Amino acid sequence: MTHNMSVDICGVKLKNPVMTASGTFGSGAEFSEFFDLNRLGAVVTKGVASVPWAGNPVPRICETPSGMLNAIGLQNPGFEVFAHRDLKFLSETLLPDADPAGSGLEDIAYADAGNAAEAGANAAAGNPANGGIGTKVVVNVCGHSEEEYIDCVEKLAQEPRADLLEINISCPNVREGGIAFGTDPKGVERITAAIRKAARQPVIMKLSPNVTSIAEIARAAEAGGADAVSLINTLTGMKIDVERRTFALANRTGGLSGPAIHPVAVRMVYECAHAVRIPVIGMGGIQTAEDALEMILAGACAVSVGTASFHDQTAVLSVIDGIADYLQRHRVPDIRDLVGCL
Amino acid sequence: MKYREKATVLSCEEIGTGIFSLRLGAEQIASSASPGQFVSVYSRDSARLLPRPISVCEADAEHGILRLVFRIAGKGTREFSRCREGDQLDLAGPLGNGFDLSVAQGKRVFVIGGGIGIPPMLGTAKCLAARGQNVTAVLGYRDERFLADEFPCRTVIATEDGSCGTRGNVLDAIREAQLDADVIFACGPTPMLRAIRQYSMDRRILCWLSMEEKMACGIGACLSCVCRSTDIDAHSQVRNKRVCTEGPVFLATEIEL
Repeated sequence: MTHNMSVDICGVKLKNPVMTASGTFGSGAEFSEFFDLNRLGAVVTKGVASVPWAGNPVPRICETPSGMLNAIGLQNPGFEVFAHRDLKFLSETLLPDADPAGSGLEDIAYADAGNAAEAGANAAAGNPANGGIGTKVVVNVCGHSEEEYIDCVEKLAQEPRADLLEINISCPNVREGGIAFGTDPKGVERITAAIRKAARQPVIMKLSPNVTSIAEIARAAEAGGADAVSLINTLTGMKIDVERRTFALANRTGGLSGPAIHPVAVRMVYECAHAVRIPVIGMGGIQTAEDALEMILAGACAVSVGTASFHDQTAVLSVIDGIADYLQRHRVPDIRDLVGCL
Repeated sequence: MKYREKATVLSCEEIGTGIFSLRLGAEQIASSASPGQFVSVYSRDSARLLPRPISVCEADAEHGILRLVFRIAGKGTREFSRCREGDQLDLAGPLGNGFDLSVAQGKRVFVIGGGIGIPPMLGTAKCLAARGQNVTAVLGYRDERFLADEFPCRTVIATEDGSCGTRGNVLDAIREAQLDADVIFACGPTPMLRAIRQYSMDRRILCWLSMEEKMACGIGACLSCVCRSTDIDAHSQVRNKRVCTEGPVFLATEIEL
């Protein structure tokens, strides 16, 4: 039986609804030693700014029960290196859509073929078995100021390999660079509108859970012209090393991720999906297909797998295969039938 | 090539207080690991998400056996210390660059280890000795010794409490024995590495240091485990080298300590 796994996010077709989460996957090169990136719905890159950022001092991470705190501080090599190295790598690695009108049908039996050569041959032949849809690239963008976001977004307009933009207005670890823009509805609407005007690609605004009402922020992003919203970024937390009587992180606070935050994320995806008409992309502690399906049932059109990749490099593939298996088991012909059905 | 491999525990032995020697059947990793590289060891408890980076003590490619020697530092390493023969452990590796032994060709080498930095230096010393190199091991302990008897070369010891060898640190032991070298390979606590770095720069000795930092992915994607480099590096562009990828072994002059 053939099931449809493909989804459409703001006019961009994904072969399946599973992406990586920004900051946990670099630009994919490191993980490509463990699996074929062409199996992903999309690669979401680590945040890039118009100029290089040094990030925070170490220690930048610590483990917490069923989770972790990070305060990397958006270290990135800047747009130029990102474009010439990372986007180049992704263009060389990811196969293009074989058929621009891609049928979107994915044969479940094909789902475990992780062989790039085979996938390449199929894509070249426009093999309908994989829907002919290539893995997409979502470029995550950060900035210290509105001007920096716009500068980066304008530069990305020239990059054909960037299919979608995800705007990080929610990083808890840098004072201007994220959360400052993401916690006030008026500010969110204004910066969304400015970015939307400058962007060639569809714009996904990535939202912070560190607010009183995330639904209100989602509505503000929608009002500003966002094509989609993604949530949740990490929850601000703190860990103290009692033996040394110090903060576990040099930054003192960090962003909590991992399975510990999943129920919070599901609740927020549900709230936002009921608050806006634009697509909602769900993330936060997804480890298994079941976790991803919770998000989809709560209203997410697509999902991202992040911290789970640190525990298992191929976690994102298990999520894809598990969703395909679920569709078969429950005789659901189309993944889209499940979106927001609660 | 990095592998994700299910390793089988062959033995797990306490060789010092809280220090364990774990022998693992891990064919793929053992056959490709070199001295100074490390592996990610994954907990069987899903509440502990992050792998523990542990240096390779010895890799026996012929028999597919990997030896890890580690200290209990928390819940994850405590779990590994309770492994029994036949248990399975998930590993990823070999990771990082390791020591480039070819630079020591025909030269006098110091292999310096401090505390739980000693295990990777055992495999390094054995490989150098097998090449017929002139190697001296300099080992620093707080008090209790471990692995010292296994070094296949001249070995000098420093203990903080003076219970064995020179009272003091590894540099005190080097001075007391009036030793000299052309190349240094070292692993240990940061204060020790900082002192060795200064010592090597004063004497213009080529020196490689193995660094440690808190890691998440272990493969270069997450940028958790950076250390400050002296020059702008190609990857980060901001003088942040990844310990897991550009390291853990760095030329003493290329990093700040």
